[in-house]
Amino acid sequence: MSSIIEFRDVSKVFASRAGDVTAVDHIDLTIEEGEIFAVIGYSGAGKSTLVRLINGLERVTSGELVVDGQDVVRMSEAQLERKRRDIGMIFQQFNLFGSRTVAGNVAFPLKVAGWPRARRDARVAELLDFVGLLDRAHAYPDQLSGGQKQRVGIARALAAGPKILLADESTSALDPETTQDVLRLLKKVNRELGVTVVVITHELEIVRSIADRVAILEQGRVAEVGTVFETFTNPQSGVGNKFVSTVIHDRPSGDDLARIRRAHSGRIVTATIQDGSRLGTVLSGAGDRGVSFEIVYGGIGTLQARSFGSLTLELTGPEASVDEVVAELRGVTDIEEVA
Amino acid sequence: MNAGFEWSEHGSNLIEATGQTLYMVSATLVIGGLLGLTLGIGLYTTRRGGLLQNRWLFGLLNLVVNIFRPIPFLILLFAVAPLTVGIVGTRLGSTAMIVPMSVAATFGVSRIVEQNLVAIDPGVIEAARATGATRWRIITTLLVPEALGPLILGYTFICIAVVDMSALAGTLDGGGLGAFALDYGYKRWNFGVVWVTVIVIIILVQLAQALGNRLSRRVMHHT
Repeated sequence: MSSIIEFRDVSKVFASRAGDVTAVDHIDLTIEEGEIFAVIGYSGAGKSTLVRLINGLERVTSGELVVDGQDVVRMSEAQLERKRRDIGMIFQQFNLFGSRTVAGNVAFPLKVAGWPRARRDARVAELLDFVGLLDRAHAYPDQLSGGQKQRVGIARALAAGPKILLADESTSALDPETTQDVLRLLKKVNRELGVTVVVITHELEIVRSIADRVAILEQGRVAEVGTVFETFTNPQSGVGNKFVSTVIHDRPSGDDLARIRRAHSGRIVTATIQDGSRLGTVLSGAGDRGVSFEIVYGGIGTLQARSFGSLTLELTGPEASVDEVVAELRGVTDIEEVA
Repeated sequence: MNAGFEWSEHGSNLIEATGQTLYMVSATLVIGGLLGLTLGIGLYTTRRGGLLQNRWLFGLLNLVVNIFRPIPFLILLFAVAPLTVGIVGTRLGSTAMIVPMSVAATFGVSRIVEQNLVAIDPGVIEAARATGATRWRIITTLLVPEALGPLILGYTFICIAVVDMSALAGTLDGGGLGAFALDYGYKRWNFGVVWVTVIVIIILVQLAQALGNRLSRRVMHHT
């Protein structure tokens, strides 16, 4: 894989009356061609600004930003206008043209790109078919549901055949079921058309469903970046841990932990579950050492086609024997003592 | 004296006056409408955060509009007389009145256009920019259609104000219904004529408003 978007020490500072606001703060980030890359962060973390730097809707203050082989930082507005034809964008509020029909919305970027009428009509039909809205071609946006509107948004963004699709909170205004439809469509865009997709979101669940890699943004900086599996199973940053704990509830904390402590007097450890960890084998041998175990907390799921999760165990028995079992467990997986 | 409205006596004058009023009003709407649209787009695009953001140009346009708009129409009528003579060759008659009326309408329309364009969702403009559309394309092909419904209502509002102006212009040798009501009604103390004129104006205004409502509804609800 080769990189298609590369941020090198990029900053974006907004001047305001109250002083300068640094929305993006010395970011280095590489997005690979053909992947679905997610940028997650709380509101105000700078993710919307970050994505707008890519297509030049916001201009970089300092640093280098290479998009598909060209440094967009030094481009004139006219050069950027040309460049934007190769970068599609969809929005939280869809931002369709209310004065134009569905077909008219999808045709707009083609007019911008100077396609002749006949080719344009054929392309519009092809795209509406791709997003499943061929029968709504002559409807106006205000006659569509939210999910349908976003499909039109996607068709419009893809019209001129871009290599990159930027999705800014594209499902935040949709209900959970429609969200899944739109995410499936984005996946299809990525897999079938080979379009690199950059997804901006504040919901980790969305990252989990479609992204290959994820960057976590906090106060304009990248707190951590990695594959979705790495980030979910082993978050490195404080903000990463916070996000992951909102969707993965496999480790006891707070009230749950206090309750477990009260109810169980034995030694409590949390074992990480991964494909191939022989936790069961070790535990079934524990009885031979006079150690019994109880599962007191945990959860196991699948992420990017791999198992992950953890189980919290209470081990009871002679102290020395419990130590031996814990040592054996450490040999097969990560073990964390629960205070 | 006050003999009331006699069709045989006043009919042809009334029809002629109505024709002159329609002529002044429609010419003003076209000229002032287009100039006001241009000026309104200028105000909208140069303001802060606009497509052609330019503090100085916006400040200048804004100042000019603010200077001209509060001038009472009666005074504007005298004030632009040299301009009127320069363009039309005379300051009398319906054609001459189109000049001051268009000047007044331009500034009124510009604010109405600006207000309605400001109401366009900035996200829609951003989406257009994201497709690579030039600012010129957005200004010429997207702005007006996106705000068309409210714009039609705004123009309807202006249309009625222009009918009002035309009546005043008429009393200063401009012809039209204002002059008719003054010369054949008020000056001869014939209130039958005055009230017939009022009814004709009410009908014109009602027709304009009905048309405006209908067109804007059609545009906004795609029926």
